[in-house]
Amino acid sequence: MVLLALLAILAPALAPWDPNRPDVRKILDAPSGVHPLGTDQLGRDVLSRMLYGARVSLAVGFVSVGIASLIGTMLGAAAGYHGGVVDATLMRLVDLMLVFPRFFLLLAVLAFLRPSIWTIMAVIGLTGWMGVARLVRAEFLALKEREFVVWSQAVGASGLRIVWRHILPNAMAPVLVAMTLGIPAAILTESGLSFLGLGVQPPHATWGNILNEGKDAIEIGWWLSVYPGLAILVTVLSYNLLGEGIRDALDPRLRQSVGRIVTRR
Amino acid sequence: MLRYALRRLLLAVPLLIGITFVSFIVIHLAPGTPGEVQTGDLSIQSDRDVQKLLMELYDLDKPLHVQYAKWLTRLVRFDFGRSFSPDARPVLQKIGERLPITLLLNVVEMLIIIALAVPIGVLSATRQYSMFDKVTTVFVFVGFATPDFWLALLLMILFGVQLGWLPISGLRSLNWEYLSFWRQQGDFASHLVLPIIVATFGGLAGFSRYMRQSMLEVIRQDYVQSARAKGLAERVVIGKHALRNAMLPIVTVLGLSLPGLIGGSVIVESIFAIPGMGQLMVQAVFERDYPVIMGNLVIVSTLTLGANLLADVTYGLVDPRIRVGARRGRR
Amino acid sequence: MKPPLAVVPLALAAALALAACGGEADSAVEQGSGRPGEKPAYGDTFIESLTGNISGLIPNVLSDSASFEIGSMLYSGLITRDKDLNIIGELAESWTFSQDCLDLTFNLRRNVRWHDGRPFTAADVVFTYETMIHPKTPTAYREDFKAVAEVAAPDPYTLRVRYKQPYAKALQSWGLWMLPRHLLESYVREGRLREAPQNRSNPVGTGAYRFGEWKPGEKVVLVANPDYFEGRPHLGRVVYRIIPSQATIFLELKAKGVDAAGLTALQFKRQTEYPAFRKAYHKYEYPANAYTYLGFNLKDPRFADRRVRQAIAHAIDKRELIDGVLLGLGREATGPYKPGTWAHNPSVRTYPYDMAKARALLAAAGWTETNADGVLVRNGQPFTFELLTNQGNDERKKVAEIVQASLKELGIQVDIRVIEWASLLKEYIKKRRFEAIILGWGIGLDPDQYEIWHSSKTGPDELNHISYANPEVDALLEQGRTSCRQEERKKSYARFQEVLAEDQPYVFLYFRDALPVVSSRVRGIVPAPSGIRYNFNEWYVPTHLQRYTAG
Repeated sequence: MVLLALLAILAPALAPWDPNRPDVRKILDAPSGVHPLGTDQLGRDVLSRMLYGARVSLAVGFVSVGIASLIGTMLGAAAGYHGGVVDATLMRLVDLMLVFPRFFLLLAVLAFLRPSIWTIMAVIGLTGWMGVARLVRAEFLALKEREFVVWSQAVGASGLRIVWRHILPNAMAPVLVAMTLGIPAAILTESGLSFLGLGVQPPHATWGNILNEGKDAIEIGWWLSVYPGLAILVTVLSYNLLGEGIRDALDPRLRQSVGRIVTRR
Repeated sequence: MLRYALRRLLLAVPLLIGITFVSFIVIHLAPGTPGEVQTGDLSIQSDRDVQKLLMELYDLDKPLHVQYAKWLTRLVRFDFGRSFSPDARPVLQKIGERLPITLLLNVVEMLIIIALAVPIGVLSATRQYSMFDKVTTVFVFVGFATPDFWLALLLMILFGVQLGWLPISGLRSLNWEYLSFWRQQGDFASHLVLPIIVATFGGLAGFSRYMRQSMLEVIRQDYVQSARAKGLAERVVIGKHALRNAMLPIVTVLGLSLPGLIGGSVIVESIFAIPGMGQLMVQAVFERDYPVIMGNLVIVSTLTLGANLLADVTYGLVDPRIRVGARRGRR
Repeated sequence: MKPPLAVVPLALAAALALAACGGEADSAVEQGSGRPGEKPAYGDTFIESLTGNISGLIPNVLSDSASFEIGSMLYSGLITRDKDLNIIGELAESWTFSQDCLDLTFNLRRNVRWHDGRPFTAADVVFTYETMIHPKTPTAYREDFKAVAEVAAPDPYTLRVRYKQPYAKALQSWGLWMLPRHLLESYVREGRLREAPQNRSNPVGTGAYRFGEWKPGEKVVLVANPDYFEGRPHLGRVVYRIIPSQATIFLELKAKGVDAAGLTALQFKRQTEYPAFRKAYHKYEYPANAYTYLGFNLKDPRFADRRVRQAIAHAIDKRELIDGVLLGLGREATGPYKPGTWAHNPSVRTYPYDMAKARALLAAAGWTETNADGVLVRNGQPFTFELLTNQGNDERKKVAEIVQASLKELGIQVDIRVIEWASLLKEYIKKRRFEAIILGWGIGLDPDQYEIWHSSKTGPDELNHISYANPEVDALLEQGRTSCRQEERKKSYARFQEVLAEDQPYVFLYFRDALPVVSSRVRGIVPAPSGIRYNFNEWYVPTHLQRYTAG
């Protein structure tokens, strides 16, 4: 994870070539000593483009998923804990957002904003929180009936404290999954946005658009699809490890119980 | 629970109207007009007159609220209008001829995903950090990170071109009319194998990870521990007590993906040349074919509302302690 | 002044019409014509691939190229084009122009029948004309018939057309697909032609193929018309398979699932050069009827200066562009006409790649200093502009990227923006909210380009979106479209191209090549300036090579 971030930050120093300079004599050269990951359809060095692309892709992946998870968790928690009118209102908002034709929303945004990495992160984040909200709400609905919550309420603990200390930590499991799955999705959504004129514009590289450009050349330029795909995979796997590590560290009970199951078998 | 469901159903009508109203406005205000030639090559044959004519024909010159009112009154009579595209066919007919194939593909795919994902999730949770867990983790993420088109083309090259076992694209062979009934079904099924594999591979990660994660949460709960302490067999503990409770996120995610069943995947459909909903919608969006977009929206909204209601009701079945819609401060 | 063309027999008219055509324009990679001694056979199914769904079956009210292609199989016009793009009769046997070019009289073929068996007569032609000018018919071809004063059918096989003023495209406009009066009249009257059942199923025309079936998004099937007036076509069935993905089409070619496809440059150059493919398919290569350009918004004060435009033209290496984007499979454009067509003027000013000259021109325009980033500055303003192009066309995106790199070297900073087509058109092009664009024009067979370049055509919905205005060009365009003598027209258009080349309101970039491949079992294909499709009815598959015999 740290390594990925480091590679992205150091891209200018590490990249062997100018990532945006076309060279028509080198179109789709296979990986070699000169171009370790080959060249793309305009003869640009794929390694350099991957390194520069990492900056945008990683930032978009993490920040937009962060935004979506934050909004989703907050609204989901509020809906699940309070129930009643609050729940009904928030969940109908979720319904609305889910069916809303996103393409036209993006077109409308496009008419007002100029594309930048911030717009991209905001757009992906603000349109992607509904799943998290419903997941968190469901957990809250179940957890708030549990003994330890009911007991805290009886003792007179404040609502916020109960949510924060008792329910939320137990409701985070699906959120972690949603985030893990959300990161590659966001990285790919970015390249989808580019086509509206909202994403990162050419010639700048992102993993998503390198992958997209590889589509036409799949039989003769496998390196255009494989390397960005691998990069995304590595990101997801390392994030997954990180997420599990954090959770296990916070929750010593888990390992014990699992240990018990395993030994019993 | 029944009263709750009924109330939700009643509420759904105004909600649906609200959703369609907001969407209608946004769709019409977004840049672009129906009837633009979509090729990206302008040609000297100018379509200006056509444009003006169509604007009048489709009432696009009227204020938006008037247009919406007209649309809504037609909808009450279940008339979704005619497509703006030059074939001018009724929207229901256009959607109707594409829905079955998309539905078939997605339902089959969903069933396979669930049938695979639940056991994978449970096993990798109960054997956390085992070899099985690690391998499946990597496997499902590989599936998730592999671009659809890449996998699709690879499979097409392997099974379609190299081995010649399966057809590459389309739904039926050209000689379909001349086949016997059973051969026709076989031919049709063989066309669906690759699309289903591609779609399934990509969707496996989601469900199996939710399953694994929530299983991990559940098996450390006190009641599972106590069930175990009572000496119940591990299979009963996991299969009966833990699994049911761990289904909660699966129910939510299922609820969220139910409307998607009619959506269709644009990439899979266009790569395999399947005339489904995904392609229809993309075309409608690019052509600004408002009646088709709105028609689809109505169907998707109805399904979304229904699916989420269903999910809420199911929570109660999965975990009887949950009471959705209950008021705060009962206690 | 006017030509003494009281009666022009068909052959002579054809010879006059486009004598200057042809030449070096075309080179087929491989000849696919029949072998000597092989007898054309009937039968077999030809499987064509289309990337887009067709939008209907009455092409007169449609606008997508797939519908045109299928429409041209089902319907016929009064005239058509032969292999050298000369005008020849189709439903018309011959025609005459009056001395003043205002009266055009067609003698129609007898014994032509609609697909439903009814005879085709002049009344159908009058009906088609009335359809096109009916205010409620949504057609893009009305402009062609606005110059018509009157159309009359004195007898079933004679058609008289009278024009208000001489109209250069008069003859060519009657290549329009003829529609059957007996089936469509009521729909036209009610303004509901698009809703007519013939637009969805059972279209009735006079063409070489009859309608079989249409499964939307899947395929269109046509069957040979045994009663076709020029004789039954050899290929028994034509199936158009709709396959949206170019990559899939290519795999289908390899697996022999389709018989013909248009390839991308990458596929043509890099993926088909192995023996098995060369054996199974014949590849063809000829310039397509479309060019790509870099257009400037001339309302922008920087681009209003001709020297700046010329400088940019000098800074773009068109050869490099064609190599980079099309792998060399294209031709440099010097103006809006395809090299090898009669209107094309090969001797206009060109702008060879020359950075020093480009710099000098920019310096003359006042762009002398550069800032810290190496960008040219004038009056404290750096020279940067936004270059727009449409989404969905990777070729144009690549052009933009190469242009950007070239101009960076010159000291101009270009920011590219790729925007979805409908939004680009509505929000940027029509509102003139752009600085420069990369787009293309599909060019027709007639050189009239009044709509694109005339200074009166700069309104928001009109096509002169760069706001080009040059009185000399205006006059030349007016002359060109009102003369009915090709030699006169040729002179006007030759000068027109010279002025355009001098002015560089667009940097004309290239004509890409069309790159079709056709299964090698199909014989009778003879590449010509107009491509390969002109003699489709003569294509055949020798009996021993026929693959689909069931149908």
